[in-house]
Amino acid sequence: MSTSNEPTRGTPTTRWPRATNTMHLHGDSFPRAARVALADPQLRRNIGKATTTIRDKRASVVAELDDWAELRAAGAAIKDATMAGLGDHLERLEAEVTERGGVVHWAADANEANRIVIEIARRAEARDVVKVKSMATQEIGLNEALADAGISAWETDLAELIVQLGRDVPSHILVPAIHRNRSEIRDIFRREMGKVGVPAPDGLTDDPPALAEAARVHLRNRFLTTDVAISGANFGVAETGTVMVVESEGNGRMCLTLPRVLVTVMGIEKLIPRWRDLEVYLQLLPRSSTGERMNPYTTMWTGVTPGDGPEEFHLVLLDNGRSTVLADPEGRSALRCIRCSACLNVCPVYERTGGHAYGSIYPGPIGAVLSPQLTGVADNASLPFASTLCGACYDVCPVAIDIPTMLVSLRAKVAADESTGDARERAVFRSAAWFMSRPKRWSRLLRSMRAFRFLARNGSIRNLPPPLNGWSATRDLPAPPEQSFRDWWTARETPR
Amino acid sequence: MMRVALFATCLVDAMSPDVGKATVEVLERLGCTVEFPLGQTCCGQMHTNSGYPDQAAPMVAGFQETFADYEYIVAPSGSCVASVKHQHEWVAANHLTDRHVSAAHWLAERTFELSEFIVDVLGVTDVGAFYPHRVTYHPACHATRLLGIGDRPLQLLRAVRGLELVELPEATSCCGFGGTFALKNSDVSSAMLADKIHHVLSTGAENCVAADASCLLHIGGGLSRNRTGVTTVHLAEVLASTEDP
Repeated sequence: MSTSNEPTRGTPTTRWPRATNTMHLHGDSFPRAARVALADPQLRRNIGKATTTIRDKRASVVAELDDWAELRAAGAAIKDATMAGLGDHLERLEAEVTERGGVVHWAADANEANRIVIEIARRAEARDVVKVKSMATQEIGLNEALADAGISAWETDLAELIVQLGRDVPSHILVPAIHRNRSEIRDIFRREMGKVGVPAPDGLTDDPPALAEAARVHLRNRFLTTDVAISGANFGVAETGTVMVVESEGNGRMCLTLPRVLVTVMGIEKLIPRWRDLEVYLQLLPRSSTGERMNPYTTMWTGVTPGDGPEEFHLVLLDNGRSTVLADPEGRSALRCIRCSACLNVCPVYERTGGHAYGSIYPGPIGAVLSPQLTGVADNASLPFASTLCGACYDVCPVAIDIPTMLVSLRAKVAADESTGDARERAVFRSAAWFMSRPKRWSRLLRSMRAFRFLARNGSIRNLPPPLNGWSATRDLPAPPEQSFRDWWTARETPR
Repeated sequence: MMRVALFATCLVDAMSPDVGKATVEVLERLGCTVEFPLGQTCCGQMHTNSGYPDQAAPMVAGFQETFADYEYIVAPSGSCVASVKHQHEWVAANHLTDRHVSAAHWLAERTFELSEFIVDVLGVTDVGAFYPHRVTYHPACHATRLLGIGDRPLQLLRAVRGLELVELPEATSCCGFGGTFALKNSDVSSAMLADKIHHVLSTGAENCVAADASCLLHIGGGLSRNRTGVTTVHLAEVLASTEDP
């Protein structure tokens, strides 16, 4: 893992902290990991089927709103304006939460956030904690840190439970077990539930209601016996000190209301200034994520209320590289992201490889931007190239993050970075640029290309040398023409 | 007579000269005076998208110098036009001068993708073409999403006599080319191409038509490798085709 803060071209020179504890933010190089995923036909079927279904649902509910474009613009503008005054808004949030009986902690990075959460759990003498589905706690590797401290963290979101029981890692932001079909889920429940708690009922089928019932029975006991809950946050409202989680199952609400102590780890970009801003995001988010007009459960809490819900509330404000992203004018709009995962569901690359190939808990197009931003490009050098730049992600993004343009900007950072730049590739491109920058050189190059016509059989070249062999593995290349277009034009324009 | 500068694009110039010839033929048939400024080379997109915008800078500057005097610049490629419209300003801002930034800005407004130019500027949908074949149309990503050309190519194709247009399933799904993506991530690229080819074959079309030579190079490469008998044809070539041999 690299902790290099060396500025590269296009980034500001201020030294901001990068993400720490980045085990969940990067992995193997994308092309290699993708090859593994592509070799698994069941995985491709599962993901293809699921993404197609969500994609269609999203398209139909978005089409219902005449003012989608305006909502989208507002979603982007509110976040941008918030980011421009982030410090003030965060202090307001802190003041309001404190005023209402909560405790606010500031965590510069993953290690600090994990330390804070562990201390709170230890003070509560907790050996187990229940968890609401949360990307921020995945990002910082909280479950692993808790385990090292002798505390067991239990995921209560159905899909996260499937992932945890299967000793697996999430492959989607919203649907972490999207790579599993229902018979695989049944097998995991049968095999694993009994090892850690209430076992799956005898004769469990792969019928979705039966699977949900098995999870309900398994989890109920946990909700009732666990003292500490840990959540993330979808939004934090500065002017009221209200924190919010939106979800589909109600398991989150159980965690947020039953335990005595509630700890929320919130990325600092989740902040919105005003209560009324929710009007925009509560329309954008469910329609973009699950393709619903409204999500089934929206839980909001403001500090603590004696006799109602948790007695202790801790809000951990997490930076972990976000300030670095904010300081980059070409990259900061990634902080608008509300984790809807619409970009994953439309991405033709994600659809073929699934999320694991990205090596980060933030997969897909937004992950290809966000992961290298948080870790620095050195740790995620292949992700900005894991896209055809087809633009489908930008089209569906509810907060108008221009992901393709940001990928192009990140590619330049990868190429310019000493540790990730490929000197040989740069030299190849430089010589291509030498030919392509002057018409006379270009014209000569085109004429010399004719020499390669001998490689063709029946007009097609079937084998190319490296690095072009990736092309010729599955594709022919037509032979270079006898005459370039410019030579044809010149001949046509020359009076005979 | 409308004076039009043809920006052939480097790929057409080097690999698909017939697309350039067809573009000239259609535009001239529609009454334009076509010029091909010989100073042109490439829009720089390949370098920009591969992480070398610094190396693309001289190409951007060259494009501006070459086309500075034209009111209408037309290219048979949505992708290259999108690069001119959306990337040149960024490259200029980082690696050239303020003068190039403003040149990028106003050249962006004068550069058109072929179908956009024919339908919007010339106001024509029937270009008088005859093409007696069953074809399917692949909407190239950059033309569709970055330029928003919508159904303009389809309007033009529907007016072609003899042509039978079959809808392509999952048409807007990318073919997997993505420039160097096809090399750096050739496995994923090939998986995307395999699905695209499957959909093309399911239409029973003789030709797959698109408005971008780069996508066609990719799709055509797969169709040829799999000995499908289906060939690719650029929109300009369909529009250039007439009953007179």
